[in-house]
Amino acid sequence: MRDVKIVSARFDIDGMYRLDTALKEGAYSTLEKAFSMSGREIVDMVHRSGLRGKGGGGAPAAPKWRLVADDESGLDSVVVINCDESEPGTFKDRQIISKDPHLLIEGILLTSYAVGAHDAYIYIRGEYRPFEKILRRAIDEAYEAGILGESVSGSGYRVDITVHRGAGAYICGEKSALLESLEGKRGHPRLKPHAREPEWYFGRPTLVNNVETIATVPYIVANGPEAYRGYGTPESPGTLLFGMSGHIERPGIYEAEFGVSMMEYIERYGGGVRGKAGLKAVIPGGASTPVLTADEVKEARLDYESMRALGSSLGTGGMIVMDESVDMVGVLENLLGFYRYESCGQCTPCREGTGWSDRIVSSILSGEDDMGGIDKLMELADTMNGKTICVFAPAVAGVIKAFVEKFPDEFRAGRGGGR
Amino acid sequence: MGYTLDPEILERLEELEKRYPSREALMLPALWEVMDKEGYISSEAMEAVADFLKVPLSKVYGVVSFYSMFHTEKEGRYRIRICGTLSCELCGASEILSMLMDRLAIGVGETTSDGKITLEEVECLGSCSTAPVMMVDETLHEKLTPERLEEILEELK
Repeated sequence: MRDVKIVSARFDIDGMYRLDTALKEGAYSTLEKAFSMSGREIVDMVHRSGLRGKGGGGAPAAPKWRLVADDESGLDSVVVINCDESEPGTFKDRQIISKDPHLLIEGILLTSYAVGAHDAYIYIRGEYRPFEKILRRAIDEAYEAGILGESVSGSGYRVDITVHRGAGAYICGEKSALLESLEGKRGHPRLKPHAREPEWYFGRPTLVNNVETIATVPYIVANGPEAYRGYGTPESPGTLLFGMSGHIERPGIYEAEFGVSMMEYIERYGGGVRGKAGLKAVIPGGASTPVLTADEVKEARLDYESMRALGSSLGTGGMIVMDESVDMVGVLENLLGFYRYESCGQCTPCREGTGWSDRIVSSILSGEDDMGGIDKLMELADTMNGKTICVFAPAVAGVIKAFVEKFPDEFRAGRGGGR
Repeated sequence: MGYTLDPEILERLEELEKRYPSREALMLPALWEVMDKEGYISSEAMEAVADFLKVPLSKVYGVVSFYSMFHTEKEGRYRIRICGTLSCELCGASEILSMLMDRLAIGVGETTSDGKITLEEVECLGSCSTAPVMMVDETLHEKLTPERLEEILEELK
């Protein structure tokens, strides 16, 4: 396993959020090269790099870019940056906007030029106010220096970036809910189209990408797609800002290439499980990815394909580590409390199912177990799966099933109550 | 009766409007302006925002009631938001919360009798590596311990 820093290369530099420091450290050095190319050539570069969306879904980035770049509606295209980072266990985008905000701005400029957009919006969760202030200062400095605005670095190409503050709603991390919110509405996910098409913001063709995805673009433009492909696996090229929290000696964000062993990552960067108790389980990529047992963790590799083969998902790469002392019924109850609160309420199976399953697990936790137990819980998980507008409820179903199937003894009736 | 948006607020919103394809997009920015100034959004303020955006009042109310950071009643001078989601819970958030309730003599969702502090338990604040965490208004406090909590509460006195 080798250390690699692509997105986090400048995280440790003092004052990197200031423009003068950023410029000294090479920020915005890709702009000249980019403006000597056509937008289409940059899209092709991203295509060849194999860059995949880093917000959790892992979909290839370039096809989405093409849908916007190739749009023939004649309407102005829009780029939207998803900084609504709310998935429990995930705290990577905030590192980018607070430690190297100019990297994100540079990525937005490259992306906007590539797809032919002039207006970019950064949708940031309301709770990130302290980091939002750093980001806004960086944007102001970039405007003052002529890097943003009417003529980006003297190129004649206009890009305006507007920071848009959310107000507390997990579901707004779902891209169509985010766009609804950005239009001034409740954050209800939209129905998905039957054919491939761009997202729409007030009827304009729109590209939505996660902060980290966009912050990877400058590296690709500077070093070429092959350099990026030099890391990771053929199917999951490059790197991700993986992270660890929970019962871990050194929690934090540490970039690594795709395909490395999860156990080796946890030991090398996290210093292993905290305290004397051994490892019990890891939730691999944010709360919505199915939990892995300690035995599965030993097998697991950190790329999309390997995690899918294990019946889980790489998600955001934010691992939640749990030691032997943890009661898995209590953990599931905590997570269902989250989903119950955050369900947007649009679809009945999700609105009712999250609350009902939370009450069942609470009753198992208390020892009363008078609400139908795991049989009813598993039935509900089936009802929630595949019958809703967005993937929120199916993810909850997957979470429930993994906990009950992998730790059946703890969920059995008559467990004696209490945590 | 009636609520009017301050001239400075209107000026800022009108400047911001140039950045968006439609005035309706200013919904969250306008509501944040009211929140920042008043600490809550009254029904009169919702009417003023609806007038400004040229949308029905029901739409503004629908948005206000959807987002957890918008409040419709005046609450404590300070708002403590403590995270109760898994990573914080694994690192002792329950103990910090019990201690808060004990020291403030209030439950979750309540305000101290002197009107100073409102206590709220919230979902993941995106600070899992420095758990347990809480926010006091716009300041994030990380790696909380009982001793650190005492200091923070002392500063709020």
